[in-house]
Amino acid sequence: MDILVLLKQTFDTEERITVENGKVKEDGVRFVINPYDEYAVEEAIRLKEEHDGTVTILSIGPSRTEEAIRTALAMGADEAVLADDESLFGDEYTAAKVLAAMVKVRNYDLIIGGNQAVDDGSGQVAVRLAEELGIPHISTLTKLEINGTEVVGHRDAEGDVEVVTATLPVLVTAQQGLNEPRYPSLIGIRKAGKKPLTHVTAADLRLSPEDLTARTEIVETYLPKPKEAGRILQGEMNDQVKELVHSLTNVEKVVG
Amino acid sequence: MTTEQGQLTKGGAFLIEATSPENVFTPEDFTQEHLMIADTTRAFVEGEILPNSETLEHQDWDLTVKLLRKAGELGLLAADVPEDYDGLGADKVSSALITEYITRGGSFALSHGAHVGIGSLPIVFFGTEEQKKKYLPNLASGEKIAAYALTEPGSGSDALGAKTVAKLSDDGKYYVLNGTKQFITNSAFADVFVVYAKIDGEKFSAFIVERGFEGVSTGPEEKKMGIKASSTRQLILDNVKVPVENLLGEAGRGHVIAFNILNIGRYKLAVGCVGGMKAALETSVKYAKERKQFKTSISNFPLIQQKIADMNIRAFVAESMSYRSTGDIDKQLEQLGNTSDGRVVAKAIEEYALECSVNKVFASEGLDFVVDEGVQIHGGVGFIQEYPIERMYRDSRINRIFEGTNEINRLIIPDTLVRKAMKGELPLLQAAAGLQSELMGMLPMADETEVLGAESHLLEMAKKVFLFVGGSAVQKYMASLKEEQEILANLADIAIEIYAMESSLLRAKKAAAAGKNADLKIAMVQVYSREAFARIEGYAREVLAAMEEGDTLRTQLSVLRKLTRFQPVNAKALKRQIAAAVIDAEKYLA
Repeated sequence: MDILVLLKQTFDTEERITVENGKVKEDGVRFVINPYDEYAVEEAIRLKEEHDGTVTILSIGPSRTEEAIRTALAMGADEAVLADDESLFGDEYTAAKVLAAMVKVRNYDLIIGGNQAVDDGSGQVAVRLAEELGIPHISTLTKLEINGTEVVGHRDAEGDVEVVTATLPVLVTAQQGLNEPRYPSLIGIRKAGKKPLTHVTAADLRLSPEDLTARTEIVETYLPKPKEAGRILQGEMNDQVKELVHSLTNVEKVVG
Repeated sequence: MTTEQGQLTKGGAFLIEATSPENVFTPEDFTQEHLMIADTTRAFVEGEILPNSETLEHQDWDLTVKLLRKAGELGLLAADVPEDYDGLGADKVSSALITEYITRGGSFALSHGAHVGIGSLPIVFFGTEEQKKKYLPNLASGEKIAAYALTEPGSGSDALGAKTVAKLSDDGKYYVLNGTKQFITNSAFADVFVVYAKIDGEKFSAFIVERGFEGVSTGPEEKKMGIKASSTRQLILDNVKVPVENLLGEAGRGHVIAFNILNIGRYKLAVGCVGGMKAALETSVKYAKERKQFKTSISNFPLIQQKIADMNIRAFVAESMSYRSTGDIDKQLEQLGNTSDGRVVAKAIEEYALECSVNKVFASEGLDFVVDEGVQIHGGVGFIQEYPIERMYRDSRINRIFEGTNEINRLIIPDTLVRKAMKGELPLLQAAAGLQSELMGMLPMADETEVLGAESHLLEMAKKVFLFVGGSAVQKYMASLKEEQEILANLADIAIEIYAMESSLLRAKKAAAAGKNADLKIAMVQVYSREAFARIEGYAREVLAAMEEGDTLRTQLSVLRKLTRFQPVNAKALKRQIAAAVIDAEKYLA
């Protein structure tokens, strides 16, 4: 089975976010594989171990993304392709176009991505990609079974489990709980250095300027307001309710 | 004389030569592979060790063994084992990084360290082809766990005074071992012990003893002050028949193995202490930010900030020193064609025996300083077991005792230096003679235009102080200098501070030259160089006052004064700056 894994490099979830000049500051920050993508990598490697085949990592991002890719290769992926040409960077719309162009030149049975990236959290890229490719997708999986070409996916549906079947080729996205990602072993780390990592540019992918024009615009980037201490209402229940309604409508203005 | 780029630095040469920044290995030179190895180790510690800390502290040896095997699956036991024997044959920087990061998991690191280091390495370095084939693959995977048995109730620092005896059996097939070994790490569960015994009570030799051999047993678990997650017992050998093919190295040459293994134990202990310092600093900074007194975090108080700065600086200096030496060892091994011939590897490490002792003393005392200040930052709760700093404080203390006490290591430093000079490996006497004529004329001035020019000058002067005082001591006492242990210790302290000053200085300069932001490193070097230099002046004065009196002393003190003039910096401001960065990041920073 040939598996493609969509991987994004993101901030380590333990890093503190600072915004400077309207941008998230990256100096001295530790970057990791997006945790949801890490489940995707692990699942792909497990399936490869079970069914044979190959695991190829596809990624869009600056050259530092190589570190995350090497980690995935050290975990057991076979090769990787990185689109680090800046003209390929945009939004979810362009990312799906770029990935589709990267996918179309390869054979695949299964594409696995993370359910979302922990940085911008849009959860769109993978499902848009499925649409671009004209294949079905099952998102937010907590369990994946494949028998021949039959796919059974257990998806996290807002706390319930929804069981969905499909036929390969299919795109799926990983939710927390799908598996426990392995640590890259030292022998894996050593092998990773020798595995192929190719770089692609806009020219290689033959995308039109139209495809590479972002459909969204970031207007402003700012941190959430620091959380203030809560207020506990006291007194008669009736008065408390009145006070609450008053606060929500007139003071906090969250209900209107 | 400046060592040219790519040229090997001789062990001990730092005391008489200048080294250029591009010729030292620094943590900024870690490769991507190095960083990934560190990451895997960190993930293993965070995912497998820390969640089990409490159980490990209560000595659940089954769990320890299980976790060692898990470490083995990841390759964390295989770094120093050659590829031919199912190891990784990794460079020493990789192996040092594993040691540093494992230390963050508390004293499980001792079980790990005793296995991969002193337990396995004697076989890696000195084993026969058959011994390596038989034992190393299982040790690299963690299938079998190793331990090292040198110390005895009656012989600690005087290791060669061992009483355990080995006697060749009448049929010549076995050595029969009898004796008791003391303080044996991993003894509760180790499968393979490297044991030292004297053949016929004379020839000090090493043997590979399996736990399953008849007559092998262990005593009760020692009740220790710290490092409780590691097993420490006596190893009792009662008429143990050890096959002759299990003699390790040559009969009567066990001391070669023992001393080489100690060198390695020392450089690894130093990197382990670096990991401990960083962990203690981090937990203390986090606590200082949380803890509020007088309506503000105590991290806002300058006296707490001063401690945090001092802790970070100490870790920075120790890290600079230990990775510099590790890099030197790797360079030496590369020069030798990255051989898997263990004896050659041991020799390469032996070249830096002096640096290994320097690092061992500096890092173990540095860790004691850092955990002590860490407890102080915690105040009362630092004395309560719920907080990790309490364990760190207890765990730290042993480092000044094992792998050669710091007293023994201090004596080794000048001893090794003199030995190297006698063998013609280091032009020590020429340098001392050169200094004599230099002292008559004008001394060089600091080049204030270069980055850390004043600190580079201090370093140069510190080396002259060492030659001046050391040269005077050699002249005065000649062969009987070895009786003057206090003076030797003072000289060792000067040498240690010189290596500390130089390693951190060169690291900062290298980072600055590479166009990296080196502001913090520069600030730390500005502070540390002066503090170290003042201590060096103190040691030198102590030595001179012990040797001379009257006019001779006065003359010598005036020479010392000439060598030790320096401008102070505003350490208060610099430390506040350093602390602010560390507090903001909540972690060790370089």
